[in-house]
Amino acid sequence: MIVALPLVAALAACGSNGNQGSAPGAQITGAGSTFVYPVLSAWASDYKKQGGANINYQSIGSGGGVAQVKAGTVDFGATDQPLTSDDVAKSNLAQFPIVIGGIVPVVNVAGLKAGQLRLTGPLLADIYAGKVKTWNDPSIMKVNPGVSLPATSIALVHRSDGSGTTFNFTHYLSQVSPTWKAGPGEGKTVAWPGGVGGKGNEGVAAYVRQIPNSLGYVEYAYAQQNKMNVAALQNAAGTFVAPSAASFSNAAESADWKNAKDFNLVMTNAPGANAWPLTATTFVLVPKEAKDKAKTQAVVTFFRYALEKGQGQANRLDYVPLPAPLVQQVESYISANLK
Amino acid sequence: MNAARAADLGIGPRSGAGADRSFHLVTMAAAWFVLVLLVAVAVSMAWGGRLAFSTFGAHFITDSEWDAVGGHFGALVPIYGTLVTSAIALLIAVPVSIGIGLFLTEIAPRWTRGPIGVAIELLAAIPSIIYGMWGLFIFAPFMATHVEPWLTEHLGGKALIGPLFTGPPIGIGVLTAGIVLGIMVIPFIASVARDVFSAVPPALRESAVALGSTRWEILSRVTLPYTRSAIIGAIFLGLGRALGETMAVTFVLGNAHELSASLLMPSNSIAAAIANEFAEADSELYRSSLLALGFLLFVVTFIVLTIAKLLLLRLNRQLGRMS
Repeated sequence: MIVALPLVAALAACGSNGNQGSAPGAQITGAGSTFVYPVLSAWASDYKKQGGANINYQSIGSGGGVAQVKAGTVDFGATDQPLTSDDVAKSNLAQFPIVIGGIVPVVNVAGLKAGQLRLTGPLLADIYAGKVKTWNDPSIMKVNPGVSLPATSIALVHRSDGSGTTFNFTHYLSQVSPTWKAGPGEGKTVAWPGGVGGKGNEGVAAYVRQIPNSLGYVEYAYAQQNKMNVAALQNAAGTFVAPSAASFSNAAESADWKNAKDFNLVMTNAPGANAWPLTATTFVLVPKEAKDKAKTQAVVTFFRYALEKGQGQANRLDYVPLPAPLVQQVESYISANLK
Repeated sequence: MNAARAADLGIGPRSGAGADRSFHLVTMAAAWFVLVLLVAVAVSMAWGGRLAFSTFGAHFITDSEWDAVGGHFGALVPIYGTLVTSAIALLIAVPVSIGIGLFLTEIAPRWTRGPIGVAIELLAAIPSIIYGMWGLFIFAPFMATHVEPWLTEHLGGKALIGPLFTGPPIGIGVLTAGIVLGIMVIPFIASVARDVFSAVPPALRESAVALGSTRWEILSRVTLPYTRSAIIGAIFLGLGRALGETMAVTFVLGNAHELSASLLMPSNSIAAAIANEFAEADSELYRSSLLALGFLLFVVTFIVLTIAKLLLLRLNRQLGRMS
């Protein structure tokens, strides 16, 4: 490490001398959330084709992204769990949302049609807490009249690695269930009362497909691509909604962004009439006073491009672009904070 | 420096002595390098885990709770999972590997020895993630549908061993992980076993034949006793691999910090827990606990190897007394 540092510094110096602050050919590095990686790399590749800077993004996980950007080793970080505005101020960062996605409960129960199963938030919490143990439990039957469910026990699947997806999921369970809040609580990893842990979305998706009568949670894109059976959820307004681009957008529009300082807001359990309750955002973190101002400008130019021209890509990859008012709010925040 | 001097001296009259000296130094440096590296790794992991050890003390080893939100960490489940999966792996791998070795050296027709030997060496070259994916996509469903229901039905009700085979047949758990590990360890033990069996001096075997021994008597009274210490060495090479295996175990063990007597239930192992959780371990105590886990893996491996050495010493002494 000690030996490596001067070398890295020397290389960095060479790099900045080589292209004096100009955008084309510049090299921007970012690190963080794996959730945003597919869409971010698609944007980066399009952006470069159009003559923009070269974006090098490492999906090392949200926690790693936050640590790296605070340490100043990358030009931007990306996290699924927003920093508090105190933390943002203390680390002299700017924080803004970039794209929206959904987390969905996926089930593997023979005979159940796609999208047929309905669950409520408190019920989901009780199932994960191990209080509701079998599929034909009266509390599940009550919200699924006319659906035949087996008398087998529910095999629970969760993430084994620390993850922003787990943070959003457990944040939601804590919002809707006081006992969950008091029990396992919320975090990137929690002490699960039961079940098996799969590594990454692909691990959870594989376990759910392998294990009969299982229930898990994955990102929407994974459920779509693997054609998994997704459950409907009852939202804060009391309606049962299916996960879709429309219900994610509705959640983003109805969330109270106006009063969220530094966009410190987790969108789960949003109040909209058709809002999907497990909607999540990835936040970008950019240092306000980087050593190399040109780098900050290059980062800003890239994310402006993503916000304005990246929507089509986001839709194609099963993400949802930010709603127009939120884009405006982000743009004015960037103008005010990242000069 | 030394090498250069040795080269200079290479033409002189006392060239042999100089080369000897530098050769001695070079080999000694290589051997000490390993020891220094080992101590350095152990010390840096213990240092990294000091916060966990000072916070939880001895409870860190005896506590089964692992709660990142509450900041409470205990390593009992990963330690248990590591030991039990490795034990199952050896239970499967040792007899199979010795069987392979004996078959290849004593029984198999000469022309089959080459292909089977190469196949075993190729098995050792397969990356562990491939074993993990095979375990998850092919072997775990097979366990869930065919093996585990049978085990629960026929053994689950028995006294003593019953609790080992209870629980829902999900195909992912301690037993599956142990079997996959066993398959991974076989090539390591088997290839050493084959080599040491074929190194038994022909004179010994021929004498036994001359005395009228059957094939079984040659195996049990000549080959196995003669190669005993090398075979135990091979087993511990395999055990070392099983204890530290990460990727394959992560796929099929279930990664749940839960203590259960049943072999069909998910558990966790030290290596799998570190691989899963290190990237997002954002509190200092969490990170320190994972490093402490790494140190414990060191300690566990060290204890197991020491026990093996002591066993071997005792065995040799007993045998010495007998003869």
